[in-house]
Amino acid sequence: MPEAARCDFDVAVIGGGLVGSALALGLARAGQRVALLDEGDAAVRASRANFALVWVQSKGLGLPEYAGWTIRSSDAWGGFAAGLKSETGLDVAFERPGGFHLALSEAELESRALQLRRLHNQPGIATYKTEIVDRTRLEASLPGLGPDVVGGSYCPLDGHCNSLRLHRALHTALHNRGVRYLPSHRVEAIEHIGGEFRLRTPHRGLSAGKVVIAAGNASMQLAPMVGLAAPMKPNRGQIIVTERVERFLRHPVVTIRQTDEGTVMIGDSQLDGTDPDEMTVPVSSTMAARAIRMFPLLARLNVVRMWSGIRVMTQDGFPIYDQSETCPGAFLVCCHSGVTLAANHALTLAPMIAKGRLDADVVGAFSARRFDVRQAA
Amino acid sequence: MFARLPETRARAVSLTIEGKRVDARPGDTVAAAMLAAGFEHCRTTPIGGTPRAPYCMMGVCFECLVTIDGAGNRQGCLVAVREGMRVELQRGKRDPGT
Repeated sequence: MPEAARCDFDVAVIGGGLVGSALALGLARAGQRVALLDEGDAAVRASRANFALVWVQSKGLGLPEYAGWTIRSSDAWGGFAAGLKSETGLDVAFERPGGFHLALSEAELESRALQLRRLHNQPGIATYKTEIVDRTRLEASLPGLGPDVVGGSYCPLDGHCNSLRLHRALHTALHNRGVRYLPSHRVEAIEHIGGEFRLRTPHRGLSAGKVVIAAGNASMQLAPMVGLAAPMKPNRGQIIVTERVERFLRHPVVTIRQTDEGTVMIGDSQLDGTDPDEMTVPVSSTMAARAIRMFPLLARLNVVRMWSGIRVMTQDGFPIYDQSETCPGAFLVCCHSGVTLAANHALTLAPMIAKGRLDADVVGAFSARRFDVRQAA
Repeated sequence: MFARLPETRARAVSLTIEGKRVDARPGDTVAAAMLAAGFEHCRTTPIGGTPRAPYCMMGVCFECLVTIDGAGNRQGCLVAVREGMRVELQRGKRDPGT
């Protein structure tokens, strides 16, 4: 690789969140000289505002390949977490006990069953293993279940982790492997000159043989600099966090989960607007009221924090994985589920990028060209 | 460790801390009463199990968590003592009571 030898780095990854750091780790494991450019501590960071689910059920309605891709990551997660532990000593508390979606009325249950039927009926969908379960089945797995819960759905492939520790473990592993982490290096411009990429930041510029844009919602501005498109539609979510209590909830329940350290998180609202300081109290009240109907003991717990976070969201909700035709060596990795897909990003996608080409058989469905097709049709 | 100022003698409020009868004063917080009674810690942490004592005494640090009349994780520095109150150390995580 003569052109890479001239550059400061083989590859520059833009974005130090969960997506960028998982990719940077995979690239470093493949022997690449990696720079990871990040914003400062005050950045609006989705990696600090997520629900930490490794979630399969419901994924893929409208793009069946997304179901297969998600299941692949869920299956790879255990090995990924073990690898992180052996490299860093940090346990990211990954568990895959199976997850539930709860219905508080017959109408909700019927709507859930219909959604799953539509998902499963798509041609070419991977074996999903999600089933509708009755209240008796729920009671066997979920002590403290409220009387209003009529049933739900269960998927044995669902799990969760400690996502803050995941972010820390990734960065520790990067440090151990000599990846050059550059905080406060917000990328202002990317130029493609003579087969190499030159990145301009407020501090210093650098050159790299390849560039990976993994900058969350900011990818929208960066992608066109290298002939790519990242159509985004960010939204805001609110989370309620309780005091730490003894483990009572062994399974994540989409909108409620108990962390390895005992706090209960209640969340999953979707609001318009991208001001991270905004907080809509009635939405949190509704979330809390539903959570209490699911598990009445939550009413006795103290809330210690409520927060609001901006989600990375593509316009159709599915990941965008792309490589530039006009600037070969430029890649785009943009997705909502940075926790769920972390294993795929490190173990499957990064090795492709290290080789310089995305494998269309594996990730071809996730090109942003799907947006063009829709516009033309 | 702590001693009462001699000039502030007032009638006692009687409570139990870890089953031991303790006299406090009206207006004392639970955290203050524990310190005055010689308790060197009020809780053990939920993850590491290390002992902790009240620190800020103004509702911010959450180090003074105790169980009061059966309710866990109460902030001892924000609750005034009452006659007959039962206080226990908060040991590790609170039991949510399924």
